[in-house]
Amino acid sequence: MRELICIVCPRGCHMQVDDGLNVTGNFCPRGAAYAKAELTHPTRVVTSTVRITGASYPRCPVKTAAPVPKEKVFDVMEAIGRVTLSAPVKVGQTVIGDVCGTGVAVVAAREMP
Amino acid sequence: MYELIVVGGGPAGLAAACAAWENGLRSILIVERDRDLGGILNQCIHNGFGLTWFKEELTGPEYAHRFIEMLSKTGVEVRTDTMVLDVTPDLQVHMTGPAAGYKIERAKSVILAMGCRERTRGAIGIPGTRPAGVYTAGAAQRYVNVEGWLPGKRVVILGSGDIGLIMARRMTLEGAKVLACVEVMPYSGGLTRNIVQCLQDFDIPLYLSHTVTEIRGRDRVEQVVVSAVDEGRRPVPGTEMVFDCDTLLLSVGLIPENELTGRAGVELDPRTKGAVVYENMETSVPGIFTCGNVTHVHDLVDFVSAESQRAGAAAANYVLRGPAAGESVALKNGFGVSYTVPQRVRPQNVEKSFNVFFRVNRIFGKSEIVVRAGERELCRFKRDRLAPGEMENIAVPVKLLEGVAGEITVEIREV
Repeated sequence: MRELICIVCPRGCHMQVDDGLNVTGNFCPRGAAYAKAELTHPTRVVTSTVRITGASYPRCPVKTAAPVPKEKVFDVMEAIGRVTLSAPVKVGQTVIGDVCGTGVAVVAAREMP
Repeated sequence: MYELIVVGGGPAGLAAACAAWENGLRSILIVERDRDLGGILNQCIHNGFGLTWFKEELTGPEYAHRFIEMLSKTGVEVRTDTMVLDVTPDLQVHMTGPAAGYKIERAKSVILAMGCRERTRGAIGIPGTRPAGVYTAGAAQRYVNVEGWLPGKRVVILGSGDIGLIMARRMTLEGAKVLACVEVMPYSGGLTRNIVQCLQDFDIPLYLSHTVTEIRGRDRVEQVVVSAVDEGRRPVPGTEMVFDCDTLLLSVGLIPENELTGRAGVELDPRTKGAVVYENMETSVPGIFTCGNVTHVHDLVDFVSAESQRAGAAAANYVLRGPAAGESVALKNGFGVSYTVPQRVRPQNVEKSFNVFFRVNRIFGKSEIVVRAGERELCRFKRDRLAPGEMENIAVPVKLLEGVAGEITVEIREV
């Protein structure tokens, strides 16, 4: 039996997961999915910034468009750190097509005219 | 003369202005002191925003973008880079900025949406030297996420509010070593999910019932001393731990920024440090409304948007249909409850039910939130767990207030 706190939403449900991956204590089905993933292959969305030139600020916020394997978080950070964009940038614009072989894109999170 | 002037273009001001437009106002001005709209959301680059409001998980800038897009489809006028200096009780708004200079605009209604600011080292009086390297967590957040500077390499964080927790993760991802997060209370002030995904994910220790008792260093922070505290929050001699670090981040609370509110003659509540408000977010001065963190500090922007929408709709109602009428009932905080928003309700002005937002003053297990008028119980709501770090809210059916005069009390009963 494992105790787990759900991080899917701010509710923060206290969940219990048994050896057969049966989840209790979750308020919604997303909690059960999170608990199973967390005990088999944990993932996280990575948010950070990249350099940008020609905008009113020197950094543009970005995020992975989907969660990436937790053990790749620091590799993803390194890949993000090598990027420099130039303005203008649109929200949702692809910054890296497939980051670190995860099949997940890194996209811009702020309009930088 | 504007129908409505909104002071502040953060999440509260944006949602309020959009709602006022939707409810029929056509001459609305937002005054924002920063270069861009969006407020603090622009530096909150982490995700988790919008789960309630947009039913998806957004970053702060994306959440702001959604509202800015909505606003751009209206005729709401925006003045950025403009600072409001004064709002008078007769609704004159004094403002200044490099483009237009000093201006006085008149309005039929005003929404105060200035947000809050961080408590600093001075507010909690940490002993020691006064070197560089002591930042509020939000200032550090702006340096890292907007300006592109990393404020330090070895970091101790005092306070476990959400911004502190978020910055523990952020600094770690950017290559700094976060040595500890220190919290004076026996519980965290932040959301549980942030303890998990910001501290536990990176093996950052959380010291509850501990505080920083000394800052050392001449030009730059060199060490901080952390001590355990007793139940009275007094440091316990002999429990000192010394951390070699170059940076101390403070996440020790937020203060609603209410200088303008006070000067407008609006009654303030010492518990929330914001305005006393009615069910529709109207203050004690007719035509002045407030919403968002300037009213009471929220955990989630989604709730700020909802509250601000009510304020915007109410301002529109006030301008188009006149003041809300009716006797008011006062809401009192009983056992276990720190404050309530609203503080007053006019039953005549409520259709079905009104929401009461509050925080508890300690952690409760399985409990019931009880609303009573004198000794008569009006309703109760079950909860599995209540914590000061998580704002609660209940919807009270207005028909229960029939025959109630004076005041009602919201309190906690542990079961």
